[in-house]
Amino acid sequence: MNATFLIDAILWGSVVVLGWIAWQRGRPVFVTSVREGGMDFIHIVPRIALGVIGSGYIAAVIPAEFIIGALGPTSGWLGVATAVVAGAATPGGPVIGFSIGAVALKAGGGSPQVLAYVVAWALFAFQRLVLWEIPFMPAKFVWFRAAVSLPLPFIAAAIAMAVGKP
Amino acid sequence: MSDLPLKDPLPVDNVADGEPRPGKVRNPIGWSTIMLAALVAASAVLVYRRDGVNGLTEILSHDLSLFGGILPRVLAGCLLGAFIAEILPHDKVSKSLGPDSGLKGLLIGTAFGAILPGGPFTAYPVASALLGVGADFGATIAMVVSWTLIGYGRAVAWELPILGPDFTLWRIVISLPLPLIAGAFGRFVYARLHRGAAT
Repeated sequence: MNATFLIDAILWGSVVVLGWIAWQRGRPVFVTSVREGGMDFIHIVPRIALGVIGSGYIAAVIPAEFIIGALGPTSGWLGVATAVVAGAATPGGPVIGFSIGAVALKAGGGSPQVLAYVVAWALFAFQRLVLWEIPFMPAKFVWFRAAVSLPLPFIAAAIAMAVGKP
Repeated sequence: MSDLPLKDPLPVDNVADGEPRPGKVRNPIGWSTIMLAALVAASAVLVYRRDGVNGLTEILSHDLSLFGGILPRVLAGCLLGAFIAEILPHDKVSKSLGPDSGLKGLLIGTAFGAILPGGPFTAYPVASALLGVGADFGATIAMVVSWTLIGYGRAVAWELPILGPDFTLWRIVISLPLPLIAGAFGRFVYARLHRGAAT
C-alpha cells in the first residue's frame, strides 16, 4: 500500500514538474499538451476496460495446473520453451503471471523454467500487447519489440542455470 | 545520419496549433481487439456455466475496482507522454537516443526505463512520445524492456509480495543485461530491414 502510494506520488509529481516546464514555454504549449493527453486518455479507456475486465475471465478459465505441471525441475529446455509459450498465452494485468509463477515454485517447479515463464509473460503476454501496448504505441513498434524480445526468456533461463540462482 | 527516415521529423512549430502529432496514430479497433473481445466473451460464458451468475459478478466487481484504481494513473501517463512530446527538443533526443547513438543511447534508454515511475499507463505513452521526438527503435526497445524487467514499479507493488524477495531480486539481477541485448538486436535487425526495404 505504501509502495503504491509512493509510486503514485512520484508519477503525479513528474506530471506536475513537466506540466510546469510546459507552462513556462507558454500557455499554448501547455494547453495543447493537456488536450493531446486528454484525447489519448479518452481513446484508450474503452480498450483498457476490455483489458482489465476481460483478463479476470480469461484468468478464471486458464488451465493453471497444466502450466505448473509443465515447469518441473527436470523439464530442461523443453520446460523453458513450454514456459515461454505459456507466458505469452497468460493474460496480462499486474498479478496473474506472478501468481501462477509463485504456485509453480511452491509446487516444485524448476527455478529457470519459472523465471523464463515470468520473464516471457512480462515481456510479451499476447493480451497485454494487444490491449495495452497497441493503443499507446505504433503497432509496428509493438510487434517488432515483441519479436526481438523472444530470445530474452531463454537467455534469462541460461543465466539462471549457469549461476544456479534463484 | 539523423535524417534516416525512421520517423517523420516532428515540426515543433505545428504542434502548438493543436494539430495531431505526426507518427501518432490513434489506432482504430482492429482484428486483434475483436479476437480478444471474443476470447473474453467465451471465457465469461465458461465462467458462467461453471460458477453461475455469482461467479460472473464476483470477477466483474473485482475487475471494476481494479479498473477504477488504474484510471487516474492512465490519465497521468497520457499527460506525461504529451508533455514529453511537447517539451523535449527533437535534435537532442535524436542525438542521444537516435539510430546513431550507439551503446550510450541504449544505456540511456535502459536507465530511463528503470527509473520511470508508474505502470504500463506511463511507460507506453512515454515510449510513444520518445519515438515521436527522434528516438530510434533500438533505444526505445531498451527503454520498454528495461521498464518491464528492471523497473521497480511492478516489482515492488506485485512481484515482491507474491514471489518473495529472493526470487524477485535474482530475477532482476539476471535481467540486467537483457534491455541492452534486446535494444542492440532490435537496432541491428531494424537497420537491415530498413536497408532491404529501401532498395
